[in-house]
Amino acid sequence: MKVVKIDKKVWADGLERLQASNRLIGPVKDDHFYSFKVLDRGEILDLTMSNTRLSPKSIVYPQSEVMFEYSLDEGRKDCHLMKEAQTDYSSRVVVGIRPCDAKAFLLVQRNFDTPEYKDPYWIRSYESTTFVGMACNNPCSTCFCSSAGSGPFHEEGLDILLVDAGDYYWAKIVTSKGERILKDSGCMKETGAEAADREIESLKEKAEAGIIARIRTERLKEKTTTDLFDAPFWEDFAFACINCGTCTYVCPTCWCFDIQDEVRGTSGVRMRNWDSCMYPLFTHHGSGHNPRDTKTQRLRQRFMHKLKYYVDKYSDGIQCVGCGRCISLCPVNIDIRKVCEAMNGFEPDQKSV
Amino acid sequence: MLAYIDKIRQVAEKILKEGKVDMVVGFRKGTVPMMNEPCFIKHPEDVKRLIWDSNCGINLANYLTNRKEKIGVIAKGCDSRNIVTHIIENKIKREQLLIIGVPCKGMIDRHQIEALFEAEIKDVEENNGNIIVTGDSIQKIWNKHDVLQKNCAICIHRNPVVYDELVADPVDEQTDVDRYKDVRRIESMSSEKKSQYFDDLLSECIRCYACRNVCPLCYCATCFVDASDPQWVGKSQDPTDIRTFHFLRAFHCTGRCTDCGSCERVCPMEIKVRVLTKKLEKDCLELFNWEAGIDLEKRPPLNTYNPGDPDELFR
Amino acid sequence: MDNPYLPYPVRIDEIITETEDKNLKTFKLVFLNESDEEKFMFQAGQFAELSIAGKGEIPIGIASSPTEKGFLKFTVNKVGLVTTHLHNMNVGDIMGVRGPLGNYYPWDRMEGKNVVIIGGGFAFTTLRSSIVYMLDPSNRSKFKDIHVIYGARTQGMLLYKDELTAWEKRDDIHMHITVDDTDDPEWKYNIGFVPTITDQKAPEGDVDTYAIVCGPPIMIKFTQPVLDKLKYAYENIIMSLEMRMKCGIGICGRCNIGTEYVCKDGPVFTLDQLNRMPKEY
Repeated sequence: MKVVKIDKKVWADGLERLQASNRLIGPVKDDHFYSFKVLDRGEILDLTMSNTRLSPKSIVYPQSEVMFEYSLDEGRKDCHLMKEAQTDYSSRVVVGIRPCDAKAFLLVQRNFDTPEYKDPYWIRSYESTTFVGMACNNPCSTCFCSSAGSGPFHEEGLDILLVDAGDYYWAKIVTSKGERILKDSGCMKETGAEAADREIESLKEKAEAGIIARIRTERLKEKTTTDLFDAPFWEDFAFACINCGTCTYVCPTCWCFDIQDEVRGTSGVRMRNWDSCMYPLFTHHGSGHNPRDTKTQRLRQRFMHKLKYYVDKYSDGIQCVGCGRCISLCPVNIDIRKVCEAMNGFEPDQKSV
Repeated sequence: MLAYIDKIRQVAEKILKEGKVDMVVGFRKGTVPMMNEPCFIKHPEDVKRLIWDSNCGINLANYLTNRKEKIGVIAKGCDSRNIVTHIIENKIKREQLLIIGVPCKGMIDRHQIEALFEAEIKDVEENNGNIIVTGDSIQKIWNKHDVLQKNCAICIHRNPVVYDELVADPVDEQTDVDRYKDVRRIESMSSEKKSQYFDDLLSECIRCYACRNVCPLCYCATCFVDASDPQWVGKSQDPTDIRTFHFLRAFHCTGRCTDCGSCERVCPMEIKVRVLTKKLEKDCLELFNWEAGIDLEKRPPLNTYNPGDPDELFR
Repeated sequence: MDNPYLPYPVRIDEIITETEDKNLKTFKLVFLNESDEEKFMFQAGQFAELSIAGKGEIPIGIASSPTEKGFLKFTVNKVGLVTTHLHNMNVGDIMGVRGPLGNYYPWDRMEGKNVVIIGGGFAFTTLRSSIVYMLDPSNRSKFKDIHVIYGARTQGMLLYKDELTAWEKRDDIHMHITVDDTDDPEWKYNIGFVPTITDQKAPEGDVDTYAIVCGPPIMIKFTQPVLDKLKYAYENIIMSLEMRMKCGIGICGRCNIGTEYVCKDGPVFTLDQLNRMPKEY
């Protein structure tokens, strides 16, 4: 795998050259926190963050997205007929995404890109985006990526992995898409080889040692679904929950949405908006019946989906990358690490928490 | 204030042992700095899990609505006022509750401390009115008074207004605080500036509804934003819809809000939502001489008819 | 890339009010583009999303059989925003259909077997599709004995009354129509709840007999013990789940139960499968 050395002094020029043929997206600091924004020419991206508050999933999968447009004007021939909304899918480059968030896209892709049905909006958006990741030299205390299928220097889902080595970046080229972007930026000049590998390896070891939060997931698959479902600890975990959508909205691996029609005058759109299994109306039937009308049932659904159903369905680990956002942002401090531990260690003859 | 915890645990243990309550609602220690998790305990031996410190800002009255059990609940000033409102609004009966009253000197503002510290916070300790914040290789100390939640800094009801047991002597109420300084600053803005101010205020909202769900007053079975037939508010990120949600919710809380600060505390985008409710609180005080949740016998002015109403329209 | 969210445009060709309380109407829909009808090849048991621009979409079981060409039939209960609007639409109006969606009754496994259909209320729609399919001359010989136990609260609430009467007269199908109660002296058929009639009239369960059960939760709750008594194996009891759905294609996540999406891996499940899933329906 090729590695390129990019001196930080030429970094800004490289980014500007990229912007000639790509839209550049990078982290920018608002008052309190970072978020990914489309950058204007010359606008600086800020790579001093630990991570953005909201996950970058909204780059590929916006919170509100128009799917179709239509007219309700009876005088028109195309009245009531749905037309796909026109969206700009020209090339975009995301710089500064963390490995956990990049891996998350792969977990979500399984849902939007299936053999039977393909979601054209998500797929086109994802495929037109190149991901230039930034390895985490200093993980946070709530990061548990290395025990959740990712890691501070993980490359899955990235096209390039950047490693900050002080005065320069090492750019590890992971895919041909990444190589093309590097060429666009004109930063293909120097190539490190063994020196690069050694330095990257040493930074990686230090970073991995800095991850103090861990979860255990090795026994989740062997548990019986109905046993876990009927476990006695759900009520205790769910008591504090206020059923807001915070965890689902900040999570890079959550994807549920609602489809709504909105009309103004005689023209309308069919759009989709993020939705959350935490909301009471999520599973509310037209008849009035609601299979999950208590918050314990809804909380259980979220954690069972992430830590058990997904594990069973794809046999490739949990639906979580350990980014830690839900832990630091849950208003009442419900901690997925605690729930995972309880699920992983659960024995059906346990009587109480 | 930290010393309260022994008394709280004592009372909780007693009322559980004596069968006076089915459960006690309080806090247990959180897993990240400056966070505690609301919890319930049913067995006397579990009282040692209960905790009380300056991170207990979530309003526990939120967990009482429509419950059928006998509940012991730990309540500071604002919480107790919300309990009064719950009782007046028939969301729970007074006989069901055993209120463990806690005189409060304020909760610390997690977001402010995080912004001031500028590095990752690994540990926060309280000692003698000092807040000691530790990171990887730095430590900073603040006087608790300087890092209080904004609502706590101007609170004039620090003692519970209703309780069955008080865990300590009442604290002095603050008398020289300017409760509406921020409101007046916005009131004095020009229309364009005000409009821009509110646009900016709500621009980061992601409609997670944490503010609504943590609020004890928001207990409607179907909130107006979720109604679909008729649909009052769109569900997208349209700024008009977001503004409608926030403004209307503030109006629904008028005359009932106790400024417990939970809404601002829980917002993941750190939106200063109290700006709206504080203005309406000021209006209620000036127009009706009304403060929410003080008196078990009085209904809020916005749902009371009085032939002596100063507004001719309602007479 | 095909867009699976895009509905096929259709025109309402006929509207029949099925029930005395007028809350159930059958809509006959015709494709605006003939080529769409070919793309819409379906099997009995599947559903489609009916789309009304400006209002939304609703998942409704397909009531017409794949053997009925040139149109689709859906029987819709008026419960909410979209269904109320649909009920107020007229013949000639344009709307949309997305599908066919979901899985279907296991016709392959049921070939050469006895089929017992047990339906209640307005869950009978995909069962109509199944009966018309089986009774079609090209299919009838594929199945052995066919029993249908179908009940509603009153006569006026029964769906497809003309067809029920016609089927009753045939000798290649055993019809057991019932109502909860009636004081009509002309009523020729059974009186009693569906579980009771099932107990009286359904054949014994064996390896060659399948039961397809579709109805409101209360009917299913009381029919199950009867099927147990008649020794129906759980893999031979076929059920169709109702669930709140939106996309209908297993992407939006709303109808998720366990590892399944009710819209994509269901709505047809055997009781055996359901027992291994969390009971959240």
